[in-house]
Amino acid sequence: MRAVRAMPMLKAIASVKGSIAGLYLLFLIGGALFAPWLSPYPYDQQDLTIMNQPPSLTHLMGTDEFGRDVLSRMITGARTSLSVSVTAIGVSVLSGLILGAACGYFGGAFDRVVMIGVDLTWSFPEILIALMLVAIIGPGLQGVVLAIAIAYLAQFTRLTRTQVMVLKGETFVEATVNLGAGHTHILFAHLLPNALAPVLVAAMLATGDAIILEATLGFFGLGAQPPTPSWGAMMSSGTAQLFIAPWVILLPGLAVALTVIFLNLFGDAIITALDIRTKLREA
Amino acid sequence: MFLFIIKRLVLLVPVFFVVSLVVFLIIHLVPGNPIDNLMRAGSSSAQRVQIAAKYGLDRSLAEQYFVWMSRLMTGDLGTSIIQGRPVGALIARNLPYSLQLGGAALLFSALTGITAGVLAASFHGTRLDDGISGLILLGSTVPSFWLGLLLILVFAVWLGWVPISGARGWTSLILPVIATGVGGIALVARVTRIAMIETARQDFVMLLHAKGLSPLVIQLRHVLRHALVPVVTILALRIGWILGGTVTIEYVFARPGLGSLLIRGLNQRDYPLVQACLLMLAMAVILGTLIGDIVQAAMDPRQREERP
Repeated sequence: MRAVRAMPMLKAIASVKGSIAGLYLLFLIGGALFAPWLSPYPYDQQDLTIMNQPPSLTHLMGTDEFGRDVLSRMITGARTSLSVSVTAIGVSVLSGLILGAACGYFGGAFDRVVMIGVDLTWSFPEILIALMLVAIIGPGLQGVVLAIAIAYLAQFTRLTRTQVMVLKGETFVEATVNLGAGHTHILFAHLLPNALAPVLVAAMLATGDAIILEATLGFFGLGAQPPTPSWGAMMSSGTAQLFIAPWVILLPGLAVALTVIFLNLFGDAIITALDIRTKLREA
Repeated sequence: MFLFIIKRLVLLVPVFFVVSLVVFLIIHLVPGNPIDNLMRAGSSSAQRVQIAAKYGLDRSLAEQYFVWMSRLMTGDLGTSIIQGRPVGALIARNLPYSLQLGGAALLFSALTGITAGVLAASFHGTRLDDGISGLILLGSTVPSFWLGLLLILVFAVWLGWVPISGARGWTSLILPVIATGVGGIALVARVTRIAMIETARQDFVMLLHAKGLSPLVIQLRHVLRHALVPVVTILALRIGWILGGTVTIEYVFARPGLGSLLIRGLNQRDYPLVQACLLMLAMAVILGTLIGDIVQAAMDPRQREERP
């Protein structure tokens, strides 16, 4: 079973789009992981004699309004932006899997109550939900993680629920029930593993959206607080220097856009390789 | 149709109460005592009691909600803590700007998106299709606030064609509308393209071809008309998203509006203002979805009969 599962992954990486996207993502994750060793300067080292310098050989991406090296801040910012989005989506997927599986498997009043909540949040844009939650939790990275996690919860709950409901009717599940298996065994050994693939791909695509959402909240000054760099926070403090030092804003935005594009391309390659496009569209 | 609208309106009542409850609770869910959040630094304990009494925080939660709700019904949204003015007046002054931007952006993304989708579908499988699809992917992945900043830099600063920020005259609306609408274009174009391609495969289209109608007439008069139903559905859902987008863009362009008001309120912890802005935005999303539902039902009779 495991070996069969690994095949589509390899097939996705083997496609042209998938391999380029995969390489970029690997490069980015590596950069984020080894940020302290890769950055040419400490990300918070100020030098007011070299404020707002354009890109040069000593500072490949220039410097910001405190004379800090933009490249170093970009690398450390990748660390913040990626860890926030991945943690948030991870929390969201886990909770969505549990909620969705419970709804789809047991149904009844519990399902109805949860679905009312899901439908209610469904029509609201994520940014509005996130802003509402940041208003409650308060600005900062923890607030942003929780806000993003809750903003995407409806999507994963709904997707898992649909998958589990479809799978519940399959013959192999009926056979397992007849063999005397308990609810826990059926859910964790049979339903969830089979429902996992579409949810994980949706999670990958949502991570891209989460990076944009994190950047937006950071841009509003509600995310990472100074001096911690994140791509959004860099653009937020860079707005005042837009006319003198446009690179402080252009580069983090470009990083966000590139990351999201490649996440989409990689997700798309996996969707094609796994052949689950219809499953994703059902939900 | 009339019955359908009434049913939809009745369904709005519980939704409104849930949303208002969530918005009301914001001030109480904030970690710590709400009074601490309301007080400025250096306030005495006498002022503390005064503030608690002023905002009714010394009463029970249910009582507070009831008071808040009954005041809301008379149009009293409370007083802004930082700006010291009635929130209702602040909203009334800012709302028209948001509606203007949101409406223009919706129109822009609908028209451009449908045109792009029709072009891509008509030239399905060619370079033009690939090009449009590529641009669409690009458009949906760029953060809208960053696009806004980029547009300001190029068209307002370097070229000097339009004002940098504010809301004076129609020229100041061009860049915000583009920045808000781009995400919507991607979605509308994608849905239009797929719906057009799928419709073009149906039997009645083949019959039209057999009848000898010109491909252009078939595409625009018959295929597009069928393909528009899912597009309108998406646009109806998008109304909320466009409003969410305006929040970001208003802040970028320093335009007056609900979004800038909300962000400023959040940063200053001005809770009555935040509550009112969120309530207005949430209501706008709900009403937008309702309008979308009605338009959809008007276009497709099956919708109003199948669903309650």
